[in-house]
Amino acid sequence: MSSDKTALQVRDKGFYWKLFKSTFIISAFTIGGGFVIIPLMRAKFVDEYGWIDDKETLDLVAIAQSMPGVVAVNAAIILGYRMGGVMGTLTALLATVLPPLITLSLIASCYTLVVDNYYVKALLKGMQCGATALIVDVALDLLKKQGKKKLLIPIVITIGTFIASFFYDVNVMYLILIDGVIGFLFLRDPKYN
Amino acid sequence: MIYFQLFWEFVKVGVFCVGGGYASMPLIQAGIVDTHHWLTMAEFVDVFTISQMTPGPIGINAATFAGMKVAGIGGAIAATAGFSLPSFIIGVSLAKLFMKYGNIDGVYSILNGLRPAVVALICSAGVSFIILALWNSDRIPADLSTVDWRGIILMPIGYIMVKKKLGVIKTLLGTGVLGMLLTLMI
Repeated sequence: MSSDKTALQVRDKGFYWKLFKSTFIISAFTIGGGFVIIPLMRAKFVDEYGWIDDKETLDLVAIAQSMPGVVAVNAAIILGYRMGGVMGTLTALLATVLPPLITLSLIASCYTLVVDNYYVKALLKGMQCGATALIVDVALDLLKKQGKKKLLIPIVITIGTFIASFFYDVNVMYLILIDGVIGFLFLRDPKYN
Repeated sequence: MIYFQLFWEFVKVGVFCVGGGYASMPLIQAGIVDTHHWLTMAEFVDVFTISQMTPGPIGINAATFAGMKVAGIGGAIAATAGFSLPSFIIGVSLAKLFMKYGNIDGVYSILNGLRPAVVALICSAGVSFIILALWNSDRIPADLSTVDWRGIILMPIGYIMVKKKLGVIKTLLGTGVLGMLLTLMI
């Protein structure tokens, strides 16, 4: 994230409503958890609102991933603060926890019916395929962007981290830690920014 | 008082849950099932299943649903609030520090290392999602013929919808409805 002072600006009501609405939708459509928020965040905050850019999205996810707690909640908190200070944080946090509260209140009484329901399962299966398409699209896009820069160390980091994560199930926390140290030691040159 | 106890249990989960929503499950189990016996193991398995199936971040779903089963809607709010509190404190402090010291070279160089890592993690998640869509399991099975053909049909359709810039919601709802129709047709 850039260190400009946007977070300290006074925001109007329209802004908080926009932040609430978008974060609410992102939480409501996070299916299967974790990385599905990235295409959602990108669609809303990068493409639609232009609040942050691709690089900031990656920074945000990296920080949210290294903090304890739920990644989606952490991302909402940091983005909220970046865009609207503590008020922005509270807005984004509330909007993230409300959808599960509403959905689960509705289905709590009849959840066995919902869990075992043939049609609900089919609907979720379809949505899971849609979520796959979204995440694959973002992954390809980011890979292409990184490839264009033709910088050796970041490419090695990407390949190494992929192998460690996908084939060896290395805990994400260790990967973040190791790659952070590599960055600290070897990626000081401004061309890597 | 049950609400405060729930709140406090989930504050602990929030502090020690490192590595995203799935990591919270054993912690929630330890507090809710093993220590306080608020839920049985069978009920906890329900919590786990429902959190993965319903939309929303898995960890928050689990906290909400576990809280609700223990003490109703008040319990759900207490659990969610407790779970989010550590994230709130740590997140705001980090963001504050970042705005103050973010332009120092050291911080930027760390992020320079993390950005390509996140790209790798997204790719890794993408491949896992493809496997899940095709075989309904998280690893490629030995017997490749068990493939779920709905995945073969719906993934490319989803990808076209993404490329046509239909937007996230329309893409997900669209593939969901198509998934239902396809399942009904057989």
